[in-house]
Amino acid sequence: MRTQRFPGKGIVKRLNFSANTALYSGIIIIGLLALIAIAAPLLSHYDPTGQDLENTLIAPTRHHLLGTDQLGRDVLTRIMYGARIDLTIGILAVVFPFILGTTLGLISGWRGGLFDTLVMRIVDTTIAFPFYVMAIALVFVVGAGPKAIILAISLVGWVAYCRIVRAAVLVAKELDYVHAAKLSGLPTSRILRKHVLPNVITQAIIFSMSDIVLSILAIVSLGYLGLGVPIPTAEWGSMIQEGQAYILQQWWIPTIPGVMVVITGFGLSLIGDGLVKRLNK
Amino acid sequence: MNFLFYAGKRFLQVLPALFGISVVVFLLVHAIPGDPADVILGQRATDARVKAIHHLLGIDRPLLIQYFSFLGHLFQGSLGVSFYNNTAVSSLIAGRLSATLFLMFGGIILALLISLPLAILAASKEGAIRDQVVRVVPIIGLGMPQVWIGIELILLFGLKIHLFPVSGFGDTFLQHLRSTFLPSLSIAIGLSPILIRSLRAAMLEILEADFVLTAKAKGIGRTRVMLSHVVRNSIIASVTVLGVNIAYLVGSTVIVERVFAIPATGSLMIDAISQRDYPIVQGVTIFFALVVVTVNLLADLIHAALDPRVAL
Repeated sequence: MRTQRFPGKGIVKRLNFSANTALYSGIIIIGLLALIAIAAPLLSHYDPTGQDLENTLIAPTRHHLLGTDQLGRDVLTRIMYGARIDLTIGILAVVFPFILGTTLGLISGWRGGLFDTLVMRIVDTTIAFPFYVMAIALVFVVGAGPKAIILAISLVGWVAYCRIVRAAVLVAKELDYVHAAKLSGLPTSRILRKHVLPNVITQAIIFSMSDIVLSILAIVSLGYLGLGVPIPTAEWGSMIQEGQAYILQQWWIPTIPGVMVVITGFGLSLIGDGLVKRLNK
Repeated sequence: MNFLFYAGKRFLQVLPALFGISVVVFLLVHAIPGDPADVILGQRATDARVKAIHHLLGIDRPLLIQYFSFLGHLFQGSLGVSFYNNTAVSSLIAGRLSATLFLMFGGIILALLISLPLAILAASKEGAIRDQVVRVVPIIGLGMPQVWIGIELILLFGLKIHLFPVSGFGDTFLQHLRSTFLPSLSIAIGLSPILIRSLRAAMLEILEADFVLTAKAKGIGRTRVMLSHVVRNSIIASVTVLGVNIAYLVGSTVIVERVFAIPATGSLMIDAISQRDYPIVQGVTIFFALVVVTVNLLADLIHAALDPRVAL
């Protein structure tokens, strides 16, 4: 842990400011998206799956701010409801890999030896499978839908946390405060929980921000391939896929769901960057 | 001698991964809940067909025997036979391979053309405005779904300005190049955020190395130090960074080929899902995993050959 002091008060303030600006802008962006997702039924009186076959593919009007799609569904409504699906699954999908990877990395880095070797060989095997290839294979096994997505992300995603935490533990276990804790006769489980974990988990938390972006990208990509959340549920990936056919007349139908993903990714990256600057000081 | 020793050591490290891959892919069929034959056949299940599938998969035999027979076939280069059209999976993959290779190499080349200059630009003056600007690129780029990048490229360069075909693979080499340009660009744009970050970090490390300091101390100009010392070494860094991200690259081709309706290896797998063509799913999975392991190994060996310090 670095306890380096910055040379001048002014610089400290400025650094804090920029870190906080990134962090808070990110939180505001994600907060707004979450608000839209939660309040979708209040913000729109349209049914996201309700068809209106007399008003298909109409251009934006006062009643349909982003027009309607090929089945007459309100595009804006579907985008707002899509936020629910994509954000929820995106966040849920990293919870399990976070816990599993952090735990394995912690034990693996601390104990070393045979356990470490075994875990690292499993890591080697896992990273050999390109994520989307693994995901498609799993869809074959368990069927398309959120279950397959979460399973695929979990099976592949824990590896990153495991490596990050393991590397941090390898450094931390040689530090004085850990030696001191050992010498004072604390049980290993307590040292790991109270002394090592709080110091190594920051890296994992920071990574989890970009990991949520990656998992949302996975949901969108699998949705596009028709292997994700089944239609007609409003989901950004399947909206992109369905909109592709009408791109010349209604370019915004596939474009705006993608922009939503970019905004989400931008917000999460800002939070991640802000955390890096604050936690690594 | 050192290099050979390193190569040998690195090769031995690959073996456990290969073993792991074979186990995972083998277990795919056993992970199917219930009777895989029912899942594979779906509505078409009859007693005779279920029995035939059981025999084909060999799942009436003990698990270990099944695994060794699977491994034996694998060593003979056999990935099984497609249920749907009775063709060897390996020859189906071979037929789709050239499109996948076009996408992979196109993606790599374009990704480097985008990332290297930006990384050099950013690293050449850390903290300057150009560095700040370049650092924003990955933040925005990382959130762009590749399917979406592909569609926007189709809209811009395929439909608004008729520069490139928007689907298919063409028949001649030149047509292949033209048809795979936009998909490769989508892959490259998706890959660039990661590359820019890693390359910028690598470049900053090189800039702090002693030999760069020496070169500067000798009074060699900034530009020359940059070009002859830093950029040359950054090529080595690129090889490693690409090696690490090869799985991501391969995964991207699977997604992007779908957007542009290019009949490459990924589509083979995706189509096999609706046809419940189990050997194809298994075969393509193992094929891609082998590609990743091989490229990783090659990248490390090239790295060691270019930079003798690695093998020390």
